[in-house]
Order: sequence, then structure tokens, then C-alpha cells
Amino acid sequence: MNTFIVAGLLLVLLALAYQFGWSKSRALATTNGTRVHSRSQYHGALVALWTLVPAVLFLAIWAFFSPGVTHWYTVSQLPTEVLQGLDQIGLNQQLQRIRDLASGYGVTGDVQPFEQAAGENLARFQLLSFLIMIAAAAGLGVLGLWFAQRRINPRLRARNEVERAISWALIACSAVAIFTTLGIVASLVSEAFRFFTYINPLDFFFGTVWAPKFSSTGSGDAGQYGLLPLLTGTLMISAIAMLVAVPIGLMTAIYLNQYAHRSVRKVVKPIIEILAGIPTIVYGFFALVTVGPFLRDFGASIGLSISATSALTAGLVMGVMIIPFISSLSDDILNQVPTSLRDGAYGLGATQSETIRNVLLPAALPGIVGAFLLAVSRAIGETMIVVLAAGNAPILRGNPLEPVSTITVSIVNQLTGDTDFTGPQSLVAFALGLTLFIMTLCLNIVALYIVRRFREQYE
Amino acid sequence: MDLLANKTKPPVTKPLNAPLDPLDMLEPNIRLTARDVTVHYGAKQALHGISIDIPDRAVTAFIGPSGCGKSTFLRCINRMNDTIEGAKVGGRIELDGQDIYAPDLDVVELRARVGMVFQKPNPFPKSIYDNVAYGPRIHGLARSKADLDEIVVSSLRKAGLFEEVKDRLNEPGTGLSGGQQQRLCIARAIAVGPEVILMDEPCSALDPIATAIIEELIDELRTNYTIVIVTHSMQQAARVSQKTAFFHLGNLIEQGDTEEIFTNPVNKQTQDYIMGRIG
Repeated sequence: MNTFIVAGLLLVLLALAYQFGWSKSRALATTNGTRVHSRSQYHGALVALWTLVPAVLFLAIWAFFSPGVTHWYTVSQLPTEVLQGLDQIGLNQQLQRIRDLASGYGVTGDVQPFEQAAGENLARFQLLSFLIMIAAAAGLGVLGLWFAQRRINPRLRARNEVERAISWALIACSAVAIFTTLGIVASLVSEAFRFFTYINPLDFFFGTVWAPKFSSTGSGDAGQYGLLPLLTGTLMISAIAMLVAVPIGLMTAIYLNQYAHRSVRKVVKPIIEILAGIPTIVYGFFALVTVGPFLRDFGASIGLSISATSALTAGLVMGVMIIPFISSLSDDILNQVPTSLRDGAYGLGATQSETIRNVLLPAALPGIVGAFLLAVSRAIGETMIVVLAAGNAPILRGNPLEPVSTITVSIVNQLTGDTDFTGPQSLVAFALGLTLFIMTLCLNIVALYIVRRFREQYE
Repeated sequence: MDLLANKTKPPVTKPLNAPLDPLDMLEPNIRLTARDVTVHYGAKQALHGISIDIPDRAVTAFIGPSGCGKSTFLRCINRMNDTIEGAKVGGRIELDGQDIYAPDLDVVELRARVGMVFQKPNPFPKSIYDNVAYGPRIHGLARSKADLDEIVVSSLRKAGLFEEVKDRLNEPGTGLSGGQQQRLCIARAIAVGPEVILMDEPCSALDPIATAIIEELIDELRTNYTIVIVTHSMQQAARVSQKTAFFHLGNLIEQGDTEEIFTNPVNKQTQDYIMGRIG
């Protein structure tokens, strides 16, 4: 509720400021008859920015520090003898009780007098700090408004300043993505590092046995964490998926791009792209319920023993999932090959397939390879299909007809259920995640590099 | 010459361009004849009944304002309009008396006989050598590597490019300058051994010096090839061509000897265009 009050306040302030700046610069233009550098909208926007930005910055800083201050205040409300008798977990529980009392939720058990007092104090403290926050934000806003409107004069380059503010806003938005990525990487790396304090990295990266043991006590044998069985499973399934998806996807792209009549393309392309919109969990049970049993029966009929859940099942279905990915990327890339090249080949008397093989595909090849690599990184990171259809058998083997497990499946397994992130059992997820991340990152970097080189050639 | 009367005669027995009597031999041989050629792009008609004769071993220039149909007509001559979806060609075009739109005609063979150079230089992203060798390879013109080398070198020579690139035949053709790329494309067209070369504004993407070189080259090539060039530049048409045809709004307005067209045009529209009043 508080948040809404603040947001509403800011909006009102914003509208007022804009209107104020707009009409003031307007008046300037009409009364003096002088030429005003910027149009009224820009003056209005500039005043609004001056009003809003300091207030929002203040609120952000407040929001960053206030939990710490509140925490410190609440702790200070506890009697010393109570405080000394509590460990970290006990303290957190105690603080939660006081917070609940302060916000009037009620607590289980008897309320002790010091809790009651602390809760009341905390409630008062929270109200006070909220009022201070609102007052300070509003004060800053008004101050900014006053300052900005004083600056309005015919020569003020309001347009340029607003444009600069917009570019800063855009930079800030893109920074969000970058910092999120950095944050995720940092957390992966630090948690993986914690994992490696339990397990030797050599045992992890080159171990051939994956057998984590869950132990409730947190002591004793933690099991073996060899990555290789998972890695081979991942790579095997990805390879099968690519074997399915690359030829079919590429041929589809060539057909749609070169052979299909416009009316055919208009129908077929969206249908193929619908494939990309099917949730992977649906592919997963499609694999589990239909493809797996079919493969098993088919294998039995020709004397091959194929498990219903196997690398083959998961790979085939994943391949189908990736087809639209490859075909639509390849189609876009084929479209980028200039028509003049195609004409050049036709003009020399090349047939359609000669043109495609000798001119179109070589010209588009780097881009298409980039598309393949992007598809591989999708296959490696894919989870739901393999959870359901790969069989979850983390054993190092090279037979695609038998169940395997993958990195993603193991992450799911390790994190399902009780997770306290104190032992290698759950921390291994971060090491696996990091491995996965580095693999897909490398693939993406190579792919983007190739795609960019291709683009430079024709733009 | 009563061309329209000829139209009804079956070409198999008597080609349109066959000389009627020995006196006609003084005129250059007619290589290409077009009668009532129309082109529709979907519902839009781009050409309205074009009839023209194109002589052997001479340069014929198509001039006219943008969108007048001159490039469209050029693309009819080697059936490049086939590659455009929704394009429909009507009428009759004959190369050496053979209907090029006949159902049994092999487009691949036609395009080997009628080469084309495009507006923007479009070398393949391959080496200079492979660019020129591409046509001979797909048509199986060379029996050996030495044969192919010979074709490549002589084509590059004819296109006046050999001296400039002889040390870097294995470098990509896309690394050449614009004018060199266009000459590479001409060499690539020549390598197939065509009889007719179509050029669609071959100098429009080039600077004046490169243009002058290409124009000189066109003048040399005309001793061996039938050349049809589409150009925006009337000066270019006047410089390189012997015959000129003026197109306007999808119609062929006037055709004749270049000198005649430029000094003494019969049609008012031609006059206006040449004087720079429409464009």
C-alpha cells in the first residue's frame, strides 16, 4: 500500500512539473515574442525530470539502506540478556516475531513483555521513517521543480538536455541486462568455488562416476561427483538432436526460401514456427508416452534392445524441437544473401540447385553455421525433455539406445527437495550450472562472431 | 522492312532474320528479334508490345527514364524474368530464329548463349579465378585444368582485367574495386562463351574513370559479341552504341541508328527526353 502512495505521489508531482514547465516556457514565448531555443514540451519534460529524478534516486537509496537500519533498530530493542542467549537462527526467529507483532499479524505462543514493547516501538519507528521518506522525497521533488523552473529562459537548451537524459535512461536499461548477467556469473562462480572446497575440481571435471549421496547429518561420505557421465550424456543427446534437426531444418529453409510458392510459404512458415512455441514439457511427455515406447517396440521388432527412455528418444524429440529454430534462422540468413548474387548465377546459366549449392549456401554458410551453434547451445541447455525422456541414468557409456543422464537433469535432481546449500549435494548444482554456462557461452560467442563476420560481408 | 508480315510465318521454315535478298546482306545480321513482347508483374503491365530487331556484332542501347521498362525488356531476352515470382511474359522473342520462350527450350542453354552483366557488380564470394571458372565448370566447357586455366586467363584478358589481377587470382573477387569487380563480372559472362551479352546499367555504380574503362571495353567487345546495354546516361548511349531504342512508360517509342536518334529524333517524346525535358 505504501508503495502505491509513493508512486501516486510521484505521478502527481510529475504531471504538475511538466505542466508547470510547459506553461512557463509557453508564456515566455508569447509575451516576449523572443525566439525560445526549445519547444515547450521539452521545457516541460526537463522540469518533470528535475522533479522526478532526485526524488526517485533518494527513494532508491532509502530502499537500499532502510532494511539495515530497521534491522539494527529492532536488535537494539532487544534486552541484552535475551540477545546473548540467541544464536543466529534464534535471533532471526526472534526478529521475525517482533516484525510480525509490529505489523499486527500476530504470533504463535505467548507474547513476552519485551516483545510487545519492541513491536510497538518498531511500528512507531516504521511509521516515522515512512513519513520522513515521503516528506524528504516530496521536498526533493519540489526543490528540483523550483530549481528547474528558475532555469527556464529562452536560451536554455532544454531539448538537448532532455535528449541526453533519454540516452542515459536507455543506457541504464541495457545496463540492467549486463549487470544481471554479471551477477548471475558471480554467484555461479562463488558458489561453485564453495563446492570445490568440498570436492577436488579434478575429481569433478575428470571423474567418471556420478553418485552423490544424500546425508541428513551433513557429515560422512558425500558421494562421488564425476562430471564425465553427465557430459557425455549431454553431448550425445545434443549430437542426436543436431543430426535430426540440421538436415531437416536446413532443407526446410532452402525449400521455403527458394522453391516454395509465395502462397505455400505463407501457410507453411507460421506452422513450422508454431513448433517452436510448443512448451518443452509437452515435447517431454510426447517423448515419454509416444516416441519412447514406439522406439522400444520398433527396436524389438528388428532385434535391437532400445530402452523406452534413452539418449535416442530424448535426442530425436529434441531434434524436432530445434527444427523450427534452425529453419527460421537459416531462412532469414538465406534471405540476406543479395538477390544480385542469385541473379549472377542464373545469368550464367546455373540451374536452381547449382545456384543454391555453389552460390547461395557458400555465401550463407557462416551465418548458417552460426545458427547451428546457437541451436546446439539450446540443445545443451534443454531440460524438460531430457528429464522425462533420457532415463536419468548417470552412467558413463556410449550406447545411445540406453538411458543416460545430462547436466541439466542432474541439476534438477540435486535441487529438488531439501536444499540448504551447505553441502556438496546441492552446491554441485552451481558447479554444473557453471560448466553448462561456460559451454553455451563459448558456443554463443563463436556463433555471434561468425554471424557478425557474415553480416559485414554484405552490408 | 516488312517485319510485321514476317511475324505470321513459322520460324522453323523461315527465320525472321534470314536475309531476304542479297542486298540485305549489306545491313548487319539481325541476331535477336522481338515481336509484341508484353510483361505483366501480377496485375501491373510493365511492357506494352515491344517489337525490335537487334543486330549482330553491334551495341544496341536502351534508353529511357526510370521505370520505363528497358531493364524489364532486357531481362526478357535471357529469361531472367522467370526468377521473379508473378512475372508473365507474352509475345515472341527469337534468338537466331529460335523462339526462346518455346516450351522445349532449355533455359540453362539459353543463358549460356546470352550472358548478362548486372547493374551492381555481383562477384560471387569466391576467388577471382573461381568467379570466372564458375560458368565453364557448370557447363562442362573445360576438359582439363589446363583448359580451364586457358579459359579463365583469356576471359580476364578480354575483359581487360588480367594484367591487374594476374598475381592474385586466388584472392576473393569481392576484394576488388567496384570497376574491377564489374570487369570481373564481364569476364565471368564471357567465360561461358556467349553470343549475346546483356548489360543492365553496368556503369551506374561506378566512378567516371571506371566507367570510361568499361565503355572502352564494350567498344572492343562489340567486334565479337552482340551487345545490348541499358543505360540511364544518354552520353553513354551516344558514346558506345550503334543502335538506340527509346523506351517510355513501357512502350518502345523510337528505335534506329544512334546518330539518327540523337541528332534527328522523329518522335516528340524522344526529342523531349534527349533534350532533358522528361526524365
